[in-house]
Amino acid sequence: MVIAEFERLESEDGYVLRLKGDWTVAGLPAIEERTRDLHARERPVRIDASELARLDTAGALLLVQRWLGAQPWPPMEHLRPADRDLLELVGERMASPRPKKRRVYGLLPLAERAGIAAENATRQFLLLVGFGGQTLLTFLAILVGKRKLRWTSAVHHMERAGLDAVPIVCLLSFLVGAVVAFLGATVLADFGAQVFTVELVSFSFMREFGVLLTAIMIAGRSGSAYTAEIGMMRAREEIDAIRSLGMDPIELLVVPRVIALVTVLPVLSFLAVLSGILGGALVGSTELGISPGLFLARMQETAELRHFVVGLVKAPVFAVLIALVGCLEGLKVRASAESVGRHTTSSVVQAIFLVILLDALFAIVFMELDV
Amino acid sequence: MSAPALAPPGGEDHVISVRGLVNRFGTQVVHDGVDIDIRRGEVIGIIGGSGAGKSVLMRSILGLQRFQAGRVWWFGQEVATLADEQRRSLERRVGVMFQDGALFSSLNVLENVMVPLKEHTRLDEHFIADLARMKIALVGLPPDAADKFPEQLSGGMRKRAGLARSLALDPEVVFFDEPTSGLDPIGAAAFDELVATLHEALHITVILITHDLDSVYRICERVAVLADSRVIALDTPEKVQVMDHPWIRQCFQGPRARMAYTQAQTLKSAATTP
Ligand SMILES: Nc1ncnc2c1ncn2[C@@H]1O[C@H](COP(=O)(O)OP(=O)(O)OP(=O)(O)O)[C@@H](O)[C@H]1O
Ligand SMILES: [Mg+2]
Repeated sequence: MVIAEFERLESEDGYVLRLKGDWTVAGLPAIEERTRDLHARERPVRIDASELARLDTAGALLLVQRWLGAQPWPPMEHLRPADRDLLELVGERMASPRPKKRRVYGLLPLAERAGIAAENATRQFLLLVGFGGQTLLTFLAILVGKRKLRWTSAVHHMERAGLDAVPIVCLLSFLVGAVVAFLGATVLADFGAQVFTVELVSFSFMREFGVLLTAIMIAGRSGSAYTAEIGMMRAREEIDAIRSLGMDPIELLVVPRVIALVTVLPVLSFLAVLSGILGGALVGSTELGISPGLFLARMQETAELRHFVVGLVKAPVFAVLIALVGCLEGLKVRASAESVGRHTTSSVVQAIFLVILLDALFAIVFMELDV
Repeated sequence: MSAPALAPPGGEDHVISVRGLVNRFGTQVVHDGVDIDIRRGEVIGIIGGSGAGKSVLMRSILGLQRFQAGRVWWFGQEVATLADEQRRSLERRVGVMFQDGALFSSLNVLENVMVPLKEHTRLDEHFIADLARMKIALVGLPPDAADKFPEQLSGGMRKRAGLARSLALDPEVVFFDEPTSGLDPIGAAAFDELVATLHEALHITVILITHDLDSVYRICERVAVLADSRVIALDTPEKVQVMDHPWIRQCFQGPRARMAYTQAQTLKSAATTP
C-alpha cells in the first residue's frame, strides 16, 4: 500500500490538484488530518489523476468534502471512468453535516432527572405489585381448573433451582456457620461463656441466616437465570409468538417458576440451617472443646421449635419475591443484548434488596409479637 | 475424494477458491467434496434447496465454522497457512451481510457502521461519522435512520443497515446470505438494483446466496447449484436452467421460474433498446 498524497500546482487562474497514491481507507489518515480546515471553499481549476493508484469510497468522500464541493466539478484528467462513477455516486449521496444534540447541565435539569428517577422507581414498584396480582389470578385459575399447570416445566425448574443448588448452598452455610462460631467464641471467651456459642449458632441460623443466605444465593443463581432466559425469549419475539398462539406467558413461564422456587427454597433453607449448625459444631468440637454430644444436648435444651418456624415461614415469601422479580425483569427486556444484561443485573439487585428489606420487617414484626 | 488441485487453483484472478470441502454434522453429510472458484468482479449466485448447505458453505469459506476436510483460498492464498496478522488483513477485504443484518443491538445504525472503521483505520472520528453517514445513504436508508436502534427498524431496513456495515471498509468481496428473503417483491427488486449499482460503482465481487430466482436472472452472471452435497452446476443462468438434473428441472422449470425468466428477459431487452 502507498499512502495517499496530493500536490498543489499553482497556475495563473488558480491551482491544479494532483492526486497520488492510494486514496483508500488505509492510505488516507495522514492527509485527512492535514486538510481538516479545507471545506471546498477554494476549488481547484483542474484535477490531475494520472498518479492516482486506487480510489475507494473514503477517498472519494474526502475529495468531495475537502476540494470539490457541490457539482459541477472542475475537469478531471486521467481519471478512470469507474473512479469517476464512484465519485459521482459519493457526491450524490453525501449527507450534509447535521447539528449535534447536546446534553444540558445545571441545577434544574438535575432536579428534573431526579424527579424522573423517583417516578420511575414508584412505577416499577407498582408494576411488580400488579404483576404479582396477575400471577396470583393465573394461579387461582389453575386451582379451579380453568388453566393448566405445567408440571414438566415446574419439575424441571425445581431440579435446576433446587437440586443443583444443594452443594453450593450447603457449603456456603457450613462456612458461615463455622465463622459465626469462631466469632462468638472469641467474644464470649472474655466472659467465660464460651458454651453460649451453641445458642449463638443455632439461633442465628434457625431464625435468620439459613433462609437469608439461601435466598441471596437463589436470587443470584436462579433469579438472574430467569431474567436472562425470559429476556432472551422476549428479544427474539418468542414471547409474542406465545401470545399469538393463544397461550399465556404467565401460565407458561411464570407460574411454573414461582411454584418451583416456592417448593425448593424452604427445603434448601432447611438444609442450610443444618449445614450451618454442623459448621458451628465442628468448630466447637475442634477448637473450643465443646464435644458434639454436649453441643447437641445444649441445643435440645435451649432451642425451641418457634425459632425454627420463624425462620422457615419467611422462605416461601422470599421465593415468590425472587421469582416474580426475575420473571418481570425478563419480560421488560427490549430487543437488545445490552438490555438483557441490564435487566439481569437489576433483577439480582432488586431481589436481594427486597429480600433483606422484608427480612428486616419480619424481624420487627416478630419482635413485637414476641416470638 | 479426488486429490485437491494445486494451489492456487486458477491464480490471482480467483478471489476465492474452494477444493474438496467436506462438512459433516454427526452422521449427516452436508458437503462431500465441494469445489468452487469465484472470479474477480463477478456477481455469482449460489442456489440450492433449503438445507442444501449454502449457509454452511459461506461460514466455512469465511472461517466461521470448522470443516472436516478441504482447502480454502482467499485472493490466491490458502487460509489455513496464513499467520494471524495476515489473515486479519485479508478478512478486511471480505464483507458479509448476514441474513437478518446481525446488527449490534446496543448500538444505533450509525455506530454500527462506524464500528469496523474505528477498529481498523486510523481515521478521525468525525470523518468516520461522515463516511458512515454516506454509506447509510448509499444503501438507500433515509438520513434519520442513522440514529435509530436495530429494534426500531423494519426487516428490510435492517438488511440495508447490515449491508452498509458490511461495506464500511470497502471490501473487494461481499457475501450476501439471502438478502431479499422477507422483502416484498418491489423491495426485493430495489435491493437487487442496489446490489447491481454497488457492484458497478464499487467494483465489488458479489456472492449472492439466494432462493430468489428473480435475483438470479436479474443480476447474476453465473450461478452455482448446490445439491447432493456438492456443486452440481456452475455456469450462466441460461445454461444452468436447461441442465438435466432433477432438482434443477424442478427449480427452473416450475411456473414461478418461467415467470421470473420471461420477466428478466423483457427487462433486459427494454434496457438494451434505447
Ligand atoms: N451447527 C450445526 N449443527 C448441526 N447441523 C447443522 C449445523 N448447521 C447446519 N446444520 C445442518 O446442515 C444443513 C445445511 O444447513 P444450511 O444452513 O447450510 O442450509 P441452507 O442451504 O442455508 O438452507 P436455507 O436455504 O434454508 O437457509 C442443514 O440440514 C442443517 O440442519
Ligand atoms: Mg441459510
